[in-house]
Amino acid sequence: MTAPLSREQMAWRAAQDLADGSYVNLGLGMPVLAANYAPGEREIFYHSENGILGVGPIPEPGYEDPELVDAGSRMVTLRQGAAVFDSAASFAMIRGGHLDITILGAYQVAANGDVANWDPLTPNKGPLIGGAMDLAKGAKAVHIIMRHNTKDGGARLVTACTYPLTAPGKVNRVYTDLAVLDVDAGRFIAREIIPGLSRDELEARTDGPLIFADDCCDLIAPELSP
Amino acid sequence: MINKVVRDIAQAMAGVTSGASIMIGGFGNAGIPAALIRTLSDNDLDNLTLIINAIRRVDECEPVLFAEQRVSHVISTSFRGPDALPSNFERQWIEGRVSLEIQPQGTFAERIRAGGAGIAAFYTPTAVGTPLVEGRELREFDGETCVLETALTADVALLRAQKADRFGNLFFQGTQANFGAAMATAAALTIVEVEEISDEPLPPEQVHLPGIYVQRVVQVSR
Repeated sequence: MTAPLSREQMAWRAAQDLADGSYVNLGLGMPVLAANYAPGEREIFYHSENGILGVGPIPEPGYEDPELVDAGSRMVTLRQGAAVFDSAASFAMIRGGHLDITILGAYQVAANGDVANWDPLTPNKGPLIGGAMDLAKGAKAVHIIMRHNTKDGGARLVTACTYPLTAPGKVNRVYTDLAVLDVDAGRFIAREIIPGLSRDELEARTDGPLIFADDCCDLIAPELSP
Repeated sequence: MINKVVRDIAQAMAGVTSGASIMIGGFGNAGIPAALIRTLSDNDLDNLTLIINAIRRVDECEPVLFAEQRVSHVISTSFRGPDALPSNFERQWIEGRVSLEIQPQGTFAERIRAGGAGIAAFYTPTAVGTPLVEGRELREFDGETCVLETALTADVALLRAQKADRFGNLFFQGTQANFGAAMATAAALTIVEVEEISDEPLPPEQVHLPGIYVQRVVQVSR
């Protein structure tokens, strides 16, 4: 069996589905890596909920500006055609349904499209919601990048989320280290699977109705360094 | 003659009292009024309500506030410390000594915007279907269930901008505006630390926040 995809490879695969001319918000963690891997000829505007439309690359040393950061508090640059604005305007953009796609991380996705990504029920730690509920509700499409299973082998693609929800019924597509799956009509539909992983094995590692697309094919990503 | 520029931080913070509700701008390091936050522990202020996107930024700027339990209520979207062990504020919340209103960032921003715009409340679908709306007033619009959210106002807003003139007009650099711009409109007393005071009035097209929302400006270099 081909090795499961790395973080970078999952982000690469998600990036291949970002269309030329789209407006996209990338969540913290693996999603934000996707900006490194979108095909270079496509013009994509990355939105950052703290007030940027058109996030550019990380600055060269010596060109950092502490007053210009993204939603992960990283110092960034602005791309050609970018705009900056305040948080109320930024969330009006999100909640008004103007973003084409948000890519988020998650703890669990359910077959009915529910997503849980904000509260891992960690004891002795406070809650962190951030912009995830607004993004999951407001974006035209919600894509998720997450590992297929928990560290102890438990399912993250589930019949019903056990963690507190971020938004009900909103997820369209999930990129895992094993497969690309659409979420539709209460089922997971496998579109791509890593070579050598049997359909039975994928089913065993998924807790929820799973079917395979007629044209289900190999999930192959290039070698990428962390 | 209007002159909103004050001499020093002590003068800028005059009249901020115990029991005050205080909005604090900033996201990451951008727009964090660090010098103003550091003075909140002076003058024995306590029983404070802090309204800020991520509470850890306050704790990083002025650990004394939570170490000495000067804060009694927090309205925030992120109440998580940076480490695996709980921060002081998390411990006080777990022990019931700090009360917390946690909410989505867009709802937080819009409640503040509404507070500054004379809108008492609004309905939004964000957070419907999550534990956050349990027991709350819901209403359906065009087949979509929405939750009622009320406006937020405060006694004081603290923010940071790149540049101001004597009229209190502000120019924000980069992503400095974030929550501060709306907070300035929703607070009775808005205090701004700025990198630079412009001797000339800011060009009108470069005024990001009109001086009507700003009461005091103090120059503080990073």
